[in-house]
Amino acid sequence: MSLAITKQGEVVVVDVEGQLIVGNRNEFKQKVLDELERGARKVLIDFARTGYIDSSGLGVLVTLSRRIREEGGELRLANLNDDLKTLFELTKLDTLFQISDTKERALQSF
Amino acid sequence: MAPPSGAPPGDAATARLRVALELEIPSDVRYIEGVVGLIARHCAQFGFAPRQISLNIPVALTEALSNAILRGNAERETLRVQVKADLSATRLVLEVVDEGTGFDLEKCRIDPTSPENLEREDGRGLFLMTSLMDRLERFSSHGNVVRMTLHRHD
Repeated sequence: MSLAITKQGEVVVVDVEGQLIVGNRNEFKQKVLDELERGARKVLIDFARTGYIDSSGLGVLVTLSRRIREEGGELRLANLNDDLKTLFELTKLDTLFQISDTKERALQSF
Repeated sequence: MAPPSGAPPGDAATARLRVALELEIPSDVRYIEGVVGLIARHCAQFGFAPRQISLNIPVALTEALSNAILRGNAERETLRVQVKADLSATRLVLEVVDEGTGFDLEKCRIDPTSPENLEREDGRGLFLMTSLMDRLERFSSHGNVVRMTLHRHD
């Protein structure tokens, strides 16, 4: 997995390339928490280049969502492929997150 | 993998093939992605559905391996994890074997979709394995074994 973190206005955009799984979830979590620590309150995670996510990756997303909310911020997800949509639907996490089909729509939703 | 010389071509040859893979890795989660990729590639050659190759097999196997490494072997470097894959044109049987003292899979079973559990960080692994594979079993035989079966879909 590799991460690219950019800013679009007030929004921190995190592009996840590869798999978000048990072997790299802590790196991913820490990098997003670092952005929160630096003051980011609007965070968009873009899965356009993500393969699959395991239960630990999903768990980290849940924790990040709560942490960002606790700081008064908002988390959005975008560009889930069909496999990822299935995972979010199976686990009912599609009810917990605000998910957009495109990055542009996600940016507009803040 | 190419069918043996003289075997009927294409699907007819693959239909009669059976492949057994056996791998052994250290108790280190960094090995998971490589094992998953190797087994998924073999399943693709047997004509498993794209969704099974990209979702069911990788996620379920990742869960089983991370359970074996983190819970079963408690990440002890001296302990190993074995992966056995029995693959044919009709189904995949995966066995993940750890050397730990064992843990009760059923005690790990919660409903992660219930409102009280939805915001938990953990507790989705067993649920995903059960949801994504056709059959899940656990037993002890020279270690703790999780066996998962997936029938091939076209």
